[in-house]
Amino acid sequence: MKNYDLVIIGGGPAGLAAAVKAYDLGMQNILLAERDDCLGGILNQCIHNGFGLHHFKTELTGPEYAGRYIEMLEERHIDYMLKTMVMDLAPDKTLTLMNSEYGLFSLKPKAVILAMGCRERPRGALNMPGDRPSGIFTAGTAQRLLNIDGFMPGREVVILGSGDIGLIMARRMTLEGAKVKLVAEINSFSAGLKRNIVQCLDDFNIPLYFNTTISRVVGKDRVEGVYLSKADEYFRVIPDTEVFVSCDTVLLSVGLIPENELSRKAHVKMAHQTRGPIVDNTYMTGVPGIFACGNVLHVHDLVDNVSEEAEEAAKNAVAFIEKGAWKAVLKIRQEADCKVQEGAGVSYTLPQVLNFEALEDLTRINFRVKKLYEGASIKVHFDDQEISSRKMRVMAPGAMQAVYLKKEDLDEHRPQTITVSIEEGEED
Amino acid sequence: MFDAIIIGAGVIGAAVAYELSRYGGKFLVLEKGEDLCAGTTKANSGIAHGGYDALPGTMKAKMNMAGIRMMAEMSRVLDFPYHKIGTLVLCHDESQISDLEELLERGKANGVPGLKILNHDEVLEMEPNLADTVVAALYCSEAGVVNPFLMNIAYGEQAAVNGVDFHFNEKVLSLERSGEGPDSWLVRTSEKIYETRAVINCAGVHSDEVSHMASSKPYSIRPRRGEYMLLDKEAGNMVHHVIFNLPSKAGKGILITPTTENNLLVGPTSEFIDDKDNVETTREGLDKVYYQSGTMVESIPYYQVITSFTGLRAHEEQGDFVLEETEEGFFNCLGIESPGLTSAPAIGVYMANLVKDKLGLDDNPDFIGQRTDMPHFYMMNQEERHKLIEKDKAYGRIVCRCEEVTEGEIVEAIHRPLGARTLDGIKRRVRPMAGRCQGGFCTPLLIKILCRELGLEASDILKNRPGSYLVEGPVKALPIVRSGQESQGESHEKL
Amino acid sequence: MAEQRKLTCISCPIGCQLTVDLDDDGNILNIEGNSCPRGPIYAKNEVTNPKRVVTSTVRVNNSLVHPVVSVRTVDAVPKDKIYEVMDLIRQLHVDLPVKIGDVLIANIADTGTDLIATRSYE
Repeated sequence: MKNYDLVIIGGGPAGLAAAVKAYDLGMQNILLAERDDCLGGILNQCIHNGFGLHHFKTELTGPEYAGRYIEMLEERHIDYMLKTMVMDLAPDKTLTLMNSEYGLFSLKPKAVILAMGCRERPRGALNMPGDRPSGIFTAGTAQRLLNIDGFMPGREVVILGSGDIGLIMARRMTLEGAKVKLVAEINSFSAGLKRNIVQCLDDFNIPLYFNTTISRVVGKDRVEGVYLSKADEYFRVIPDTEVFVSCDTVLLSVGLIPENELSRKAHVKMAHQTRGPIVDNTYMTGVPGIFACGNVLHVHDLVDNVSEEAEEAAKNAVAFIEKGAWKAVLKIRQEADCKVQEGAGVSYTLPQVLNFEALEDLTRINFRVKKLYEGASIKVHFDDQEISSRKMRVMAPGAMQAVYLKKEDLDEHRPQTITVSIEEGEED
Repeated sequence: MFDAIIIGAGVIGAAVAYELSRYGGKFLVLEKGEDLCAGTTKANSGIAHGGYDALPGTMKAKMNMAGIRMMAEMSRVLDFPYHKIGTLVLCHDESQISDLEELLERGKANGVPGLKILNHDEVLEMEPNLADTVVAALYCSEAGVVNPFLMNIAYGEQAAVNGVDFHFNEKVLSLERSGEGPDSWLVRTSEKIYETRAVINCAGVHSDEVSHMASSKPYSIRPRRGEYMLLDKEAGNMVHHVIFNLPSKAGKGILITPTTENNLLVGPTSEFIDDKDNVETTREGLDKVYYQSGTMVESIPYYQVITSFTGLRAHEEQGDFVLEETEEGFFNCLGIESPGLTSAPAIGVYMANLVKDKLGLDDNPDFIGQRTDMPHFYMMNQEERHKLIEKDKAYGRIVCRCEEVTEGEIVEAIHRPLGARTLDGIKRRVRPMAGRCQGGFCTPLLIKILCRELGLEASDILKNRPGSYLVEGPVKALPIVRSGQESQGESHEKL
Repeated sequence: MAEQRKLTCISCPIGCQLTVDLDDDGNILNIEGNSCPRGPIYAKNEVTNPKRVVTSTVRVNNSLVHPVVSVRTVDAVPKDKIYEVMDLIRQLHVDLPVKIGDVLIANIADTGTDLIATRSYE
């Protein structure tokens, strides 16, 4: 087996963008390893439009967005392997891969980019009481069955959770002739994008009930219906609010979890807020030479952001390889130059630490808010000192936010802690 | 004419079938479910009990002791996972140490070896995650965990290899004396009528109903519902033994244990119910598991729960196993609740002997005792894996990423004797969908593999029982209904 | 002013809340709340002739590997024509190979836009 300088794990949007970018920066000895039988990852089943407005300045569907990257990959003759699973990743970056052609084999690249994406939270994780019949799918599984395999998962549908995939599937199932009866959301807000509520639910008169959850599943063999109940702010079911709704299918859109089993094998340190690796501003994890980007790092709402993040990770991975070692090896948390942390109203920030040796002119700090804010301000503190405040018309948990820090400000203050927080606006 | 018909293909029916196949004869197993291990056995704690719990002199004590003595050997012969990890019964109150000692004495009376009472420090050293309130514990080294699915399947498969016939989705409706003689029976099922010299009732929670078909003895099974939560493998090392609290008047209480696959299993609750098909989980039950487990291990990472499920235990009102020839040629294995799984190897031998002696059966010269399980990729080292892929490329394709299950294993699970026909059948044999994503990624692939290997349409593929279809059929081939409407008689007003 | 309508712009993921003032004849007097020039265009369409891009799949003849291929309308079609477009999509079967951008139905349902494939299959 030929050895590679850079191995990228995962051929979805993050892996594709990272491979193309690394190649364009002069790194030609790249391998992209993909476990599925084609490149493109989750984009292949996301056949709806809305991708690429930012990155390609035109509105594409998922397969078209992936198609553009696959074409770029092919033009550059970048090596990739399909149906290839990375079974192990050691802290010294030794990879054990497996496929039918070569069996088990090892690689030891100079750098690795983690781009494995995420998985959906299943029913089991919700402890949803009741029977355990067939007909309960995560929204993404149903999306694959419908859009790739050409199977209709069911006819009468209740959707739990208003994540984007759930909303998109409400429209898809409706267009294909199913009856989507309602979407229930346990929170008082949707985790999905506002425009998906408009064009996927409102357009088709599908009701969305907030503070509502499935309190019991009914059906010995196939789902026959569900009991829905109101839930309080602690997500506890409120007694005597039960309503029975008949259906043969339940779709779950209740959250995504970064797939970090491999990262853990490599002893990459995790952030409990994102369930992804802790990274610095170069997207390097706590293990030197292992970088992460895309949904394995934190769950994104826009693929355009994934591509951009992957390009950043690729750029830094190339720099790492070319310099032999990073000038200042990342010192996660305790000894890091600077911690970036979430303040009031913010659920996480990314990166979580800064490496001052590797600052760009602008450092992007991504974050998510915990709830819906109108007219609130984003505050950035360097240690105890407020550095910036920006008033925002609307901020929703479903849409990732960002603040940009200037290199000159960071160089001048050299803060040990940067805090991003939300301050609620006063009534006009 | 059959020599014996066994009703039920749970672990008891399968063990009886295997042990009976040592003898020459024509044997049939009738199972109302779709597969081996489709009833009580499938939702079980998977504990091989040491034998200190059952009252001396009972059938439970006798079979438990005989069963646990056989367990290691049978796990080698039939090739199913049994991990002798030991059990700990915790005591949190000085005043209850006498109860712990009583349990120790009971164990000694039953002949349990390897029993020992440990003090606080000794217990905490063995299990650092236990609650600090533990004052002492009864340790039993001769006990552990088995994989109930694979144990059941191993017994059934090898019985089939030895010529025992199995009919699934076939429910017994009645038993009558045949005209042929006083010790011959007509078994009427949902499909047809069979004649047999002997009937062995291994029908789990339904064994009282089956018994009433043949006998007037007033046996009565009350199902006891037990709810469990199963946690991700990352939580499997929270404890390294099977952990119980000291039994109270309310029963044995819940347990915490790593499974043979190193998931963490917590449960079961214990609640008498009337409906023998009710395997619902409930909010109250799962809450109880959550709170009770906290008295043993405070820091169980419940955010790592991957599934919850409910099992039923076949509790007979008298409280003991019923293993007997109840009527001429009609044998009962009835009331087999805990420690039923541990006892299964012994019950198989005991019942097969009763039937052999009754019918005067000779040895089966073609009997093959030894079985080799299907390959389990996750148990193999790199070298074994590599060799397997060289032999068959299908072992180089991972279908289930969470449990590292290859296409080769799935194909093998389908084509073995009494092979898998459903998604749950595949899951119990080789574990795809049993991991943290619970089939999110592999379900579409498994549907396709089942279609390909069995020549079926996707809409024919079932989760388990008839009616549990996965997909309606090809997209765009079905009539259209429209979204956003309430069905007749349904109101969403309260939402 | 006869009517005020509140809309969520769906031109991009930001989802600006737009306020549209209309007179008695339904003419637009004022549009507010947008953060880019696409907002007023969307609002104008939405109150006069709302349009959506339709995405779906069409069946592929004789392929076990790829039973369906994904499709979309190139431009948005009037909302009230969505189901007419879907009926045509439901009836269509295509042969492989198919390439991204292949026109599968020109001027679908007289909307002036084409239905194209969004994925390539050999």
